[in-house]
Amino acid sequence: MEKGKAYVRKWAIDFTENQTASSSSRDIPNPLGFDRASQDQDDSTVTRQKKEAEATWKAQKAWEVAQAPFKNLLMMGFMMWMAGSTVHLFSIGITFSALWQPISALQGVGKVFEPYKDSRVDIVAPKLLFIALNLAGLALGVWKLNTLGLLPTHPSDWVSSLPPAQEVEYSGGGLPL
Amino acid sequence: MAMAIRGFVASILFLSLFLNPSLALYEDQVGLMDWHQQYIGKVKHAVFHTQKAGRKRVVVSTEENLIASLDLRTGGIFWRHVLGDGDAVDEIDIALGKFVVTLSSEGTILRAWNLPDGQMVWECFLHGSTPSRSLLSVPANIKVEKDNIILVYGKGWLYAISSIDGEVLWRNDFSTKSVEIQRIYQLRDSDIIYAVGFTGYSQFDTYQISAKSGDIIDHSSIIFPGGFSGETSFVSNGMLVALDSTRSIIVSLNFQGGELSFHQTYISDLVQGFSGTATILPLKSTGMFAIKVNSYIVLIRVRDGNMLEMIERIDAPAAVSDSLSLSEGQEAFAIVQHEDDKTCLTVKVDIDSRSSFLKEIIKTDSQKGTVQKVFINNYVRTDRSNGFRALIVMEDHSLLLLQQGEIVWSREDGLASIVDMTTLELPVEKESVSVAKVEQNLFEWLKGHILKLKGTLMLASPEDIAAIQGMRLKSSEKNKMTRDHNGFRKLLIVLTKAGKVLALHTGDGRVVWSLLLTSLRKSETCQYPTGLRIYPWQVPHHHAMDENPSVLVVGRCGLSYDAPGVLSFVDSYTGKELNYLRLSHSIEQVIPLPYTDSREQRLHLLIDADKHAHLYPRSPDSINIFKHELRNIYWYSVEAEKDIIRGHTLHSNCILEVDDEYCFSTRELWSIVFPSESEKIATTATRKLNEVVHTQAKVIADQDAMYKYISKNMLFVATVSPKATGPIGSATPEEASLVVYLVDTVTGRILHRATHLASQAPVHAVFSENWVIYHYFNLRAHRYQMSVIEIYDESRADNKDVLKLIVGKHNLTSPISSYSRPEVLVTSQSYYFTHSVKTMAVTTTAKGITSKQILVGTIGDQVLALDKRFLDPRRTVNPTQSEKEEGIIPLTDSLPIIPQSYVTHSLQVEGLRGIVTIPAKLESTSQLFAYGVDLFFTRIAPSRTYDSLTEDFSYALLLITIVALVAAIFVTWILSEKKELQEKWR
Repeated sequence: MEKGKAYVRKWAIDFTENQTASSSSRDIPNPLGFDRASQDQDDSTVTRQKKEAEATWKAQKAWEVAQAPFKNLLMMGFMMWMAGSTVHLFSIGITFSALWQPISALQGVGKVFEPYKDSRVDIVAPKLLFIALNLAGLALGVWKLNTLGLLPTHPSDWVSSLPPAQEVEYSGGGLPL
Repeated sequence: MAMAIRGFVASILFLSLFLNPSLALYEDQVGLMDWHQQYIGKVKHAVFHTQKAGRKRVVVSTEENLIASLDLRTGGIFWRHVLGDGDAVDEIDIALGKFVVTLSSEGTILRAWNLPDGQMVWECFLHGSTPSRSLLSVPANIKVEKDNIILVYGKGWLYAISSIDGEVLWRNDFSTKSVEIQRIYQLRDSDIIYAVGFTGYSQFDTYQISAKSGDIIDHSSIIFPGGFSGETSFVSNGMLVALDSTRSIIVSLNFQGGELSFHQTYISDLVQGFSGTATILPLKSTGMFAIKVNSYIVLIRVRDGNMLEMIERIDAPAAVSDSLSLSEGQEAFAIVQHEDDKTCLTVKVDIDSRSSFLKEIIKTDSQKGTVQKVFINNYVRTDRSNGFRALIVMEDHSLLLLQQGEIVWSREDGLASIVDMTTLELPVEKESVSVAKVEQNLFEWLKGHILKLKGTLMLASPEDIAAIQGMRLKSSEKNKMTRDHNGFRKLLIVLTKAGKVLALHTGDGRVVWSLLLTSLRKSETCQYPTGLRIYPWQVPHHHAMDENPSVLVVGRCGLSYDAPGVLSFVDSYTGKELNYLRLSHSIEQVIPLPYTDSREQRLHLLIDADKHAHLYPRSPDSINIFKHELRNIYWYSVEAEKDIIRGHTLHSNCILEVDDEYCFSTRELWSIVFPSESEKIATTATRKLNEVVHTQAKVIADQDAMYKYISKNMLFVATVSPKATGPIGSATPEEASLVVYLVDTVTGRILHRATHLASQAPVHAVFSENWVIYHYFNLRAHRYQMSVIEIYDESRADNKDVLKLIVGKHNLTSPISSYSRPEVLVTSQSYYFTHSVKTMAVTTTAKGITSKQILVGTIGDQVLALDKRFLDPRRTVNPTQSEKEEGIIPLTDSLPIIPQSYVTHSLQVEGLRGIVTIPAKLESTSQLFAYGVDLFFTRIAPSRTYDSLTEDFSYALLLITIVALVAAIFVTWILSEKKELQEKWR
């Protein structure tokens, strides 16, 4: 099929290319029963309907996008559960991806909701949900990091390389030579 | 039972998982990082065995209680045996031409060894109670029932012993006759044994004893009114010379054929200008004897019965050998003298001829000092004339064989008696290296790596493998005389009993320089010099970089504690004595202080017998530093005989006749008096001065931290009940007990005390960081035990607030004083240990991060490395999951001995006395030097070499792999480009 198409379209010349569309449309009479004017009259109601539909669609989409991290969160949770609590390559990879995904998502919050930006659509709520879910993901990552023991939350993390305290007195001696 | 076995197998399996493979060596790695040198010590007696067939050898006994058979051609050791402490060899001889007979332990143990291989043939214990001389005589042709006998006199008894199986044929008690036998001999081919000796100090006795039965046949005695001094020399089998009690008259005693007579000769008649006293040299020679008068040796000949005549006067220092009977009935003896730095060997044949038969002048190393002993042996040249070889023992205990005016071989046997050692860095590598050298090096490097690569790829031929092995063994890299990046190359500076300082290279153990200290040589002012300790004196680090590092040798002029001290300063690069001081005060203790002066000389405090402290170096700079720190310097003394530990503080300048700014009087602060009826000090241990501790916290399971109680001022003392000091078995479990203390040496506070019932000495202990490990014998369990004590600081334990730690609001880094009341938490645990121990040490690393190993010098003269993890008081039978993760090993009642963890692998360090560890710059690695009669050096990595590639890492293979990979990338890239282009053209 693909090949056939390619064969058909091996070359083609569009002779109408140089002519402007408007002139051609002007020159050629409208087909029978087609009234351009009546169409123009209808336009306002149709567009309104259309726009409304689009707005609802956009709002719906925005909510969908906002809820997307939730699935991700569940998956991450599952992955983390699979990874276990010992520090090894797999668990570290999972944890860092779990940390990185929400952060990158949060960085691109504006971009994600760009297509659904509309004066009539309220995207603050989905945005907030999106942020909240991503923060939850981040929290999950941090929690995982903690369970792996990679967060310095214990006193041992702060004192483990503390040099011994200096001594004031010095004493020497022992058995006579 | 089955459960127990299963448990045992399981525990073995479990432990084998923990086995540290870095400790074990592969066969071809032996000698790569380690070296082993064998010595014998200062030779006391030597017997040559040079029959025509077979290998020529000399059998020697030494002051290290060792007997050895040496190859006369090379000086190599055929075999040797260390008889152990307290089993000093009295006499050696060769019997029947196939046994070496040794009499040891003051004439109580007679052993026969097979001459070719050194196997012990038999051993015979002789019992007696009265201390006496010990004599060994192997008569050539006395036979009792076809059995050659060996005559032994020891502990007042005369024994005849079968030379075949060592059985006592007969014995005779001379101790009841209160006679002190001087010599046992046999007249030619008779069955009568003569024994001569003194009763009291003026009666001379001769006994005739039947060789068959040991019965006394005849006894005669004579009284010399002047009294004898005790020293005798036998001129012939019928005459003896002795000195009278004033040591100015030579008494010649004739006892030929049972008739006794004496004759007196004044030494002043023989020797012009004689004054003072004389001593007879213990020589075995015929027809002559030697006396030492003032500063020279006089050889005196006996003529016509009683006539004495001086043959020669030799200036000391000199040595005279025993006489050697030659085939034609002639007698030969050798004299060794010194002319400047030359050694002059004179051999005289036939005393009557005044000319010397042989005179050889040999240049010997001036650092070997003077000749102490000479042994000669003859050989028959091709023209049937006699040739002589001489074995000489030098002042530094080295052994030389001289033959035909040359030194055939020499052995540096002073190294068998190392007293103390220290290490110093080698010089920094100079920048300028010649181009030729670099080119050569590059070529060699490349060649070496290609060979290694062949080895790795299994393409190498046997010759190549041999070449690789040879290259690895004597790689020039490890033997360079400069510092290396990893800190492996160092100088081991050792002080020997002879007062010689030698620098050994850690790469291959060769002697870089040696120096016989003039201050520790016998002289008029210093009769019994003894070297005591060696300390690093000046280690240029930041300042004074143009000066060479130097060491301080501390000695004393005499054997008692109050003998005046001697200090000697030796340049560690050149091996020259920079300076020496004969001190007016004695030295009882040397305390290196943690301060250096502007020339980077370490401040040392020398405590004398009057408890005055003397500061060295004596410079205004050092006194300023010292006065500034005076109030914080304390010292303590352990008086083991009195069972007292005393702590002192420094007070003010001494009150002496001569004002001395560098002398300080001391004041006693505290004392710990152990009840002497129940406790005797067995051993003490402190932390090493140069030990580095990385951290004060110990992270335990559940991310918690414990704070170690780290103090340099802690002393571990072990005391045992008086009955438990003896050998094992001499005390019952009820009588024996062991008490251990941890004492703060500043305040005298006892931080911890623990009692082990039914335990006894010997106790060995090692102290590091915040733990002590000690080894003792448990009488109830009939086994050796090892215990560990760990001490933690409870007063810091509440530093648990993370926020406070983050902002630095804690008291963990503030200086601590011993006067603040410490709250310590002590944990301990005990385990059984199979071996008895000669010495213990612990690994030290540069930063103290690497985990530690305990180095145990076993009774078999090997060094065993034991992980500290096995000696952890937190071990439990069933550790929790988190404890397992932390690396805690389940508790077992005994410590495992893994054969692979013997650091000395198949070698033995005979007579092991000390183990020293030296940190390398590489944190993972520690260097180990074990010394005794032998020397052994190796590198150990307790946690494996995590910070470096292994020695045999193939850089060439890595390089080739990289090149191959890059090439492969290019090829595949080109191919893929082509393919893509083709695809596009389709």
